[in-house]
Amino acid sequence: MSPPRPDLVIQGLGKRFGATVALADVDLRLPGGSLVCFVGPSGCGKTTLLRVIAGLETPSEGKVFLGERDLTRVPVHRRDVGMVFQSYALFPHLSVAENVAYGLRIRGVPRRTRLERAQELLALVQLPDVGSRRVSQLSGGMRQRVAMARALALDPALFLLDEPLSALDAKLREGMQVELRRLQRRVGITTIIVTHDQEEAMTMADLVVVMGDNRVQQVGPPLDIYRRPVNRFVAGFVGSNNFLPGRVVSPGQVEVAGVRAPLARDAAPAPLGGEVTVAVRPENLRLRAQAPAAVALHGTVVFVRDLGRVVETRVRVADQELIVSGRGGFDEGDGVWVELPESGVVALTS
Amino acid sequence: MNRAPAQSRPQHRRERPEAGPWPHLLLAWPSLALTVLFLVPLGTIAALGFFRRIPAGFFEVGFVTDNYARALDSFHLERLGVSVMLALAATLITLLVAVPFTFLLTRRPRRAQVPYLVLVLASLSLSEVIVGFAWSLLLSRTSGISNVLVRIGLMETAVAWSPGLWAVILAFVFVALPLAILSLYPTFSRLDQELPEAAGTMGAPPLVGFVTVVLPLVRRAVAATAALVFIFVLGAYVIPQTLGRPAHWTIPVHITDQAIMKNHLPLAAALAIVLLVMSSVIAVAIVVIVSGRPPRAEPSVPAP
Repeated sequence: MSPPRPDLVIQGLGKRFGATVALADVDLRLPGGSLVCFVGPSGCGKTTLLRVIAGLETPSEGKVFLGERDLTRVPVHRRDVGMVFQSYALFPHLSVAENVAYGLRIRGVPRRTRLERAQELLALVQLPDVGSRRVSQLSGGMRQRVAMARALALDPALFLLDEPLSALDAKLREGMQVELRRLQRRVGITTIIVTHDQEEAMTMADLVVVMGDNRVQQVGPPLDIYRRPVNRFVAGFVGSNNFLPGRVVSPGQVEVAGVRAPLARDAAPAPLGGEVTVAVRPENLRLRAQAPAAVALHGTVVFVRDLGRVVETRVRVADQELIVSGRGGFDEGDGVWVELPESGVVALTS
Repeated sequence: MNRAPAQSRPQHRRERPEAGPWPHLLLAWPSLALTVLFLVPLGTIAALGFFRRIPAGFFEVGFVTDNYARALDSFHLERLGVSVMLALAATLITLLVAVPFTFLLTRRPRRAQVPYLVLVLASLSLSEVIVGFAWSLLLSRTSGISNVLVRIGLMETAVAWSPGLWAVILAFVFVALPLAILSLYPTFSRLDQELPEAAGTMGAPPLVGFVTVVLPLVRRAVAATAALVFIFVLGAYVIPQTLGRPAHWTIPVHITDQAIMKNHLPLAAALAIVLLVMSSVIAVAIVVIVSGRPPRAEPSVPAP
C-alpha cells in the first residue's frame, strides 16, 4: 500500500489584485485522496484559489500546506501538482504522446521510457491510439483526456482541474463526469475540480466548497450542503429553493405565512424572536386538495409546467409564490393546500 | 429584426459581381504606386550601374561593366563583409533583448502594457540621424555618460566610447529595438498564457518552459523579425558614419560617399544593387535557419 496522501491545508488565505479583493479569509482542510469541488458563480474567486494552490499566483496573505510541507513560497515547478487548464493548454508543436511525456522530458527521463509511460497514461484515459497525432487533430473531448493524462504523468501530489468539462457538450460532459470520478478513485490522488455547475459538483465530489463573493461560504459533503445550507447564498445557489420571510417563535418552531412550522432538527440554531428567511426545497412540498393534518399553507395555482419526470406547480400564497415539484394534478386557478415537510424547514439568518 | 441579417447575406453575395470596377480601381492604386515608386526607380538604378561615368561631369548613357566590377572588388567586398557582420551582430543583440522583453510585456495585464507600447512607439519616431548624434554626445568624453559615472565614483576618468565598434552596434540596437518589439508583439500577445504555466506545473522552471514551449511557438515571428531588423540595420548609413571609425563604415556609407561626395552615381548604383541582392539572400537565409523551414503561409500560433 502507498502511504496515506497528506491533507491540503489552507490558512487565512487572501489574494488582492491591486485594489480588487479576489479572495479573503479562506481556511480549508481538504482530506488527502478525496475529490473536492470548488463551486460558485463566475468571479467568486474559485479559479484564483486553485491557481494559488498550484503556485501560479502568490497569495497576499495566508499559507498553503500539504501535510507538514509549507507550499506558500514554493514555485510552481517544484510543487508537484498536475493541472488541467480550462483551455487544456496542450502544446500545439508537440505530438499527443510528447505532450503527455513533457514532464518526464523535463526530468530527463530517456525518450523511450517516457514515451512508454505516455502510452500507459493514454491507455488509462482510454485513448490508446492517438499518441502520434497532432493536438489539432483531436476533438474537444479527446483533448480533455489528453490534458488529464499529461497532468497525471508525474504522479503528482495534487490533481487540479479548472473547469475541465465546461467546453464539452452536455452529453459528453455527463459521461466525462463519471469517467473522471472513476479515474480519480483508481489513481487515488487528492483532486480539486473548479466548476460553476453546482450539479456537477454535487454528483462528483466527496467534499464541496461553495464559494461566493470571494469567500468560502460553506464546506461539506454534497448532501449536507443540500440539506443544511448555512445561508441564503448557498441555499439559492445549490439546487432550487423557496424563500419566505419568517420569525422564530420558540426553539424548534418558526412562524411563516401565518402558520407555525417545525424547524429541521439538525439545522443551525436560530435566535429566538429573530427575523429569519425560511428555505424549503420544491421537492419537499406536497400539494393537497383538502386541508391536511400537517402544517400547510393555502393558496391558488398560478402556473403549471410539466417537465416529464416531475410537474412544477407555482402556487400563490398570500403575496409569495411557491414552487412545488411533484406529481401535479392541479390546474391554474385551483385552490390548493401546500403541505410543509414534516421533517421541518430551514431557517437562515443571513 | 432577426431576419434582416439572414436575408442580407445572399443579397450581399449576389451584389458582389455587380460591384463594378471599384475593387479593381482600389487594387490598382497600390499596384501603380509600387510600380511607379519602387520598381521604376529600382530598374533605373540597376541600369544606372551600367552607365559610363564622365570624370569631370556626371554620367552618360552606355553599357559598361566596370562599375559592377568595382563594386565587387576586394575593397568593397571587404566593406560588404563588415556591413553584414555588423548587421548580424546588431540583429542578434536586438533579438536577445526584444524577445524576452516582448514576452514579459505581453504577460502583463493590457492596461499595464500601454505605457511601454507608447514608449516603444515614441522611440520609433526618432530618426536614425537624431539617434546617431544623440549617442555620439552621450558616448563622448567631454559631455557623455562616463562623466556621470566619474561623478558618482564608478570610474576614474571620463573616456570616449565613440567612435567605436560598440558605439555603432549600440545605436543600431537602439533604433532596431522598437521595430523588433512591434514586430514580435502580435504573435506574443496571441500566445495562450496558460501554455508556459502548464509547462511550469510539469516541473519546468520558467527559462526551460520558455525555451521548450514558448520559443518553438514563436519561431516564425522571431525569424521574420530577425530578417526585418537585419535589412533595416544594413541600410543605415548615418550611425556608422557618426559613431564608427572608417573601419566600421558600411556599404551604405560608401554609397553615400560615391553618390554625393565623389559624384560617381554609376558606382553608387552598382553598389546599391549588390547590397540589395546580398541582403535579400541573407534575409531569406535567416528566415530559413531561424524558423527551421522555408517561409510558408501558416500561422505560427494555431488559434485556440
